[in-house]
Amino acid sequence: MDTSQLLKTVSFIEMGARERAFALLDPGSGHELIGPFERMKSPWLEPQGIAAQADDGVVVAKGSIGGQPAVVLAIEGSFQGGSLGEVGGAKIAGSLELAAEDNRRGVPTRAVLLLETGGVRLQEANLGLAAIAEIHAAIADLRRHQPVVAVVAGTVGCFGGMSVAAALCSYLVVTREARVGLNGPQVIEQEAGIEEYDSRDRPFIWSLSGGEQRFRTGLADRYVEDDAAGIAATVRELFAQGVPAQHRDQRIGEFLDLLARVDTARQPDGAYARAAFGKGN
Amino acid sequence: MEKLQFSFPAGPPAQGRVLAGVVGSGDLEVLVEPGQPGQTRVAVNTSVDGCAWLWQAVLERTFTDPGAAALAVEINDFGATPGVVGMRIHQALSELNLAGKA
Repeated sequence: MDTSQLLKTVSFIEMGARERAFALLDPGSGHELIGPFERMKSPWLEPQGIAAQADDGVVVAKGSIGGQPAVVLAIEGSFQGGSLGEVGGAKIAGSLELAAEDNRRGVPTRAVLLLETGGVRLQEANLGLAAIAEIHAAIADLRRHQPVVAVVAGTVGCFGGMSVAAALCSYLVVTREARVGLNGPQVIEQEAGIEEYDSRDRPFIWSLSGGEQRFRTGLADRYVEDDAAGIAATVRELFAQGVPAQHRDQRIGEFLDLLARVDTARQPDGAYARAAFGKGN
Repeated sequence: MEKLQFSFPAGPPAQGRVLAGVVGSGDLEVLVEPGQPGQTRVAVNTSVDGCAWLWQAVLERTFTDPGAAALAVEINDFGATPGVVGMRIHQALSELNLAGKA
């Protein structure tokens, strides 16, 4: 490893949501919308004995990327596991909807989602689920005009309904620390049994749902180092590529064919998943 | 869940506002804004009940200077230890000082 390079690299994973959001925007271009001092807190947590955060764990940063208008929506994974409730979900969905509205008025606003989330916030139940459904619809709307880029850097990863949001985006960027999956490891262990899926076996978990594996099996588009400048450059490159001819969910036929060939009688491991879905390496 | 209020003598209001920390496990968020002249007010929202005396002790050590800028401080706490509380408050205050707004 090149030590001098490593020492110069600024970790993206170690940043909080606000720092991450501004790290992706052109320097000096960004300002925060519905920031913490507006105190748009969750009204549902305190009655349940949980301290609320002033920004409800979602940062909305508006500015430019590569000189073009952009909004970055960053989830703070340290607050309630990055879970999405009514307020944080509305901040993301509303921003995406306004970005699509911008495009219809001739302003080419693009969006980046920084996803560190376990999915819906259980304490806010249906309101969180509804917000996530609105986010899905808003991504599907915006991506007709501009690419929507998702970054899962880690360490929380991206699970539940928000893994569907990640899959709906035009491009998904992951690091080695990232994990992406519909269900988290403990949920799968509870349902499948510890013999089949041991949530404490970290190499095994990452070999199936880790960032590298998701990239090798074609479910992520870029596999990047934990480097803030490098991730910002990757986001700019992906925007420059424009809207893909087909989004991943529009290739559902391909994925169903692959799934149909999976041998469910055997214990899956990383190598088998790559052979079945991936690029074979 | 407990909501506590504290106040300390202070000078003229601060000029700016800063945020430090996150409402993560064992951590807290500190929001600092300009206060009313002559008084720093601290509002604490904490998930840990029964520790008002501890908050009083930690905050008394921090807001000792009656000539310091008057602040309106909000703390959202998720079970931080007194050491972490002290560090986060000092982080916020030094960022305010760095910005020349205290």
